[in-house]
Amino acid sequence: MSKRNTTRLLVPLVAILLGFALGALVLIVTGRNPGAMFLAMFQGATGVNLKAGSFNPRYIGEFIIQSMPIMLSGLSVAFAFRTGLFNIGAEGQLIAGSVAATAVALWVEAPPVIHVLLVLLAAAVVGGLWGAIPGFLKARFNIHEVVITIMMNYLALFLNNWMVLYVFGSKDRIKTALFPATALLKDDALSALTNGSRLNWGFVPVLLSVLLFWFVIEKTTFGYSLRAVGFNKDGARYAGMRVERNMVLSMAIAGGFAGLAGAVLTTGTFNYGRFLPGAEGYGMDGIAVALVGGNGAFGVFFSALLFGMLKAAQPLMQSQGVPKEIASIIQASIVLFIAMSLGIETLISKLRKQKIEALGEEAGV
Amino acid sequence: MAFVIEMLDIDKSFPGIRANDHVTLQVEEGSIHALLGENGAGKSTLMSILFGLYQPDAGTIKVRGKEVRITDPNVANGLGIGMVHQHFKLVHNFTVTENIILGLEPRKGLVVDTRKAEKRVEELSQLYGLNVDPRAKIEDISVGMQQRVEILKMLYRDADILIFDEPTAVLTPQEIHELMGIMRRLVGEGKTVLLITHKLKEIKAVADTCTVLRRGRLIGTVPVAETSEEKMAEMMVGREVNFHVEKGPAAPGDVVLKLEGLNVKNAKGLLGVKDVNLEVRAGEILGLCGIDGNGQTELVKAITGLQPVESGRILLGGRDIAHLPVKRRLDLGLGHIPEDRHKHGLILDFRLDENFVVHDYMRRPYARAGVLDTRAIGAQAKKLIGEFDVRCGQGGATPTRSMSGGNQQKAIVAREIDRSPAALVVAQPTRGLDVGAIEYIHKRLVAERDKGKAILLVSLELDEILDLSDRIAVIYGGRIVGVLDAKATNENELGLLMSGSTNKVA
Ligand SMILES: Nc1ncnc2c1ncn2[C@@H]1O[C@H](COP(=O)(O)OP(=O)(O)O)[C@@H](O)[C@H]1O
Ligand SMILES: [Mg+2]
Repeated sequence: MSKRNTTRLLVPLVAILLGFALGALVLIVTGRNPGAMFLAMFQGATGVNLKAGSFNPRYIGEFIIQSMPIMLSGLSVAFAFRTGLFNIGAEGQLIAGSVAATAVALWVEAPPVIHVLLVLLAAAVVGGLWGAIPGFLKARFNIHEVVITIMMNYLALFLNNWMVLYVFGSKDRIKTALFPATALLKDDALSALTNGSRLNWGFVPVLLSVLLFWFVIEKTTFGYSLRAVGFNKDGARYAGMRVERNMVLSMAIAGGFAGLAGAVLTTGTFNYGRFLPGAEGYGMDGIAVALVGGNGAFGVFFSALLFGMLKAAQPLMQSQGVPKEIASIIQASIVLFIAMSLGIETLISKLRKQKIEALGEEAGV
Repeated sequence: MAFVIEMLDIDKSFPGIRANDHVTLQVEEGSIHALLGENGAGKSTLMSILFGLYQPDAGTIKVRGKEVRITDPNVANGLGIGMVHQHFKLVHNFTVTENIILGLEPRKGLVVDTRKAEKRVEELSQLYGLNVDPRAKIEDISVGMQQRVEILKMLYRDADILIFDEPTAVLTPQEIHELMGIMRRLVGEGKTVLLITHKLKEIKAVADTCTVLRRGRLIGTVPVAETSEEKMAEMMVGREVNFHVEKGPAAPGDVVLKLEGLNVKNAKGLLGVKDVNLEVRAGEILGLCGIDGNGQTELVKAITGLQPVESGRILLGGRDIAHLPVKRRLDLGLGHIPEDRHKHGLILDFRLDENFVVHDYMRRPYARAGVLDTRAIGAQAKKLIGEFDVRCGQGGATPTRSMSGGNQQKAIVAREIDRSPAALVVAQPTRGLDVGAIEYIHKRLVAERDKGKAILLVSLELDEILDLSDRIAVIYGGRIVGVLDAKATNENELGLLMSGSTNKVA
């Protein structure tokens, strides 16, 4: 592997280590045992309780379902970013996708597998439209996508709540009626396999999305032109690429990934549409995941697992007397360290040089 | 005489390339010492080592006879070494003085004493004939002035060894002339000047001694007065160089590219191109010359589809392309070597092989059913790298950004010529390049002409226009003020037309 590539991998790894170290430091300074935090995280990821020597696969299932939606919102942010667009709107696209998923789940009757596929399709398409609107406004009128996507996050939230209360109908003003079994990604077999976790078939569309992202961006002519636009709009225009069309399509596909996350949540983790008192942070998590994952498909895959693990470990940490906010501190500091990546890169190259010099001295050169 | 700077046996490698290979440079105090070499020869690297930006892998540096380790630019400043970079490092909304004192502001109590600094800047400016207004904002002064601010910055820090990295690349001929005067004045006051350049004329004009690098190696150090331009060019390129393009008579055929009553707006919203009529025939090079900013840029952008046309027609092979998207124009047989290679010509963050297919990535053999064929793209890169002698550390996988300007330009020329368009619009093809690369690009353009392509050459360099063109059109104030036979005209006549003092519409 070339030095450039190793550095590209090394930077996030160092940032992650520093993030954990900082989390541990905060615990030590406040007089708590950082060991409990690491035990809780280990248990959250593997289901193994090292202290009690027990194993519960339920934790693995919960870890996976925590990772799924942020993996998709991470892909969403990363995809737009590869075209040079900053998609703050994954949250809204996800909610728009949930609304579509709820509508198809409740209103459409279809045989088992077909119904789920329709739900996923509808969520991706509506999420995609939700993303395409800011893309279009940017391409046509040069209105900054950050402003529009933030506005559309609120729009999606209110649309969802209005739909849940007045269109889908909610008896308890919290959730819609339960979905028919044909519409669900939920499966009792998977749940039973993981000792009653909420694990569901959502991981299939999520993994396919990761592969799709990788294939489209790295392998296709379309991905090539998106990357060209992302790096240098003027250069892409000179080369004859359709810059505006690419921006709209990129935002639409980004929205599609986020919309899919909406379906995975509503028909996988839950089995009803929900009234949302406020944003749930999937969009922001997506930004963090994309940043740490270097906006690549597999980077996003691993960083979503990392942040999913942190989320899954929170209740465990709390039960061990470790405040669950530590997980947020770790997540935030990892993001911060990545943002300071230039500094980390210099640090790495300095260390490398020192090592080489030290080796040279040892060898008597 | 004593050497003020000695760089002995300096080695420096970058991934895949040896930028400096046992280079030795000895500079006499109070002289103008030129460092000559093609793009990528390692000149900037060597000077960056002297200025503390890079650490050498091996070798010793002595300043005024004492061995030193220049670990960063602050150490260099402390040794009295200053550097004007190729790209200036000025804060645009600060004044001249504020920029100069940045980092070492004189204080009166807690307040920055700008008054005192201004006075010092004024004095220095007078002493060296720099003519800089200490209170002017950077954004309001010309590029030439900004360069003088950089010079003042060094002088203010009491530097007496002054490094200039290709200082003339950004200047007009008049400003170049003045800069030469300033350099002479600097050595007159006891300073030592290190001048990086690949322009032989400049070396002949001011330098005392010249050290030549080629591909990272030291070729030799010669006294300028006793060495001919031809000799220095040969040392730099490694073979004899033809300063004049050899070309036979043109055999013009049918009109390929025709502009009819073309009007184009400029950035200010006014007409930058006014009622232009031009014809370019197959098998000829039509040169378009003019002083910068007289509508050349707008004209090129309008033809190539990067800017909309107000009115008029652009006929390519008889078909009006004035309102077609870029892609359609390219497909109809238009090629474009753009003026700004970083903004338009290349996607700098792409690899070199990716840059070779920016027009045709979606076609066979580079793609099948929408999927890129990296092997075919790699093969194309290999072919063009070999054929056009593009120097790059890691072949097709080289990050384009890391390549030298000359090789970036060669890559663009390779890509556009390989597409073999019927009409090729070429803007500033050799700006900032060294003689070897210029000679090569000129040869390839003439070869395209001889293959029967129609070439529109836009250049600010009169020499280039006169050397290459078969016919020459002069643009002034957005209008074509003359179309002349290249064999029957000269620099004087063109100069008069370009300045708008005469008119000679055919
Ligand atoms: N920071 C760098 N990283 C990698 N390669 C570099 C770097 N700087 C220069 N090079 C390479 O080293 C060679 C010499 O470059 P440079 O000293 O800039 O040449 P010159 O100034 O003579 O044009 C070139 O091939 C260039 O691509
Ligand atoms: Mg250089």
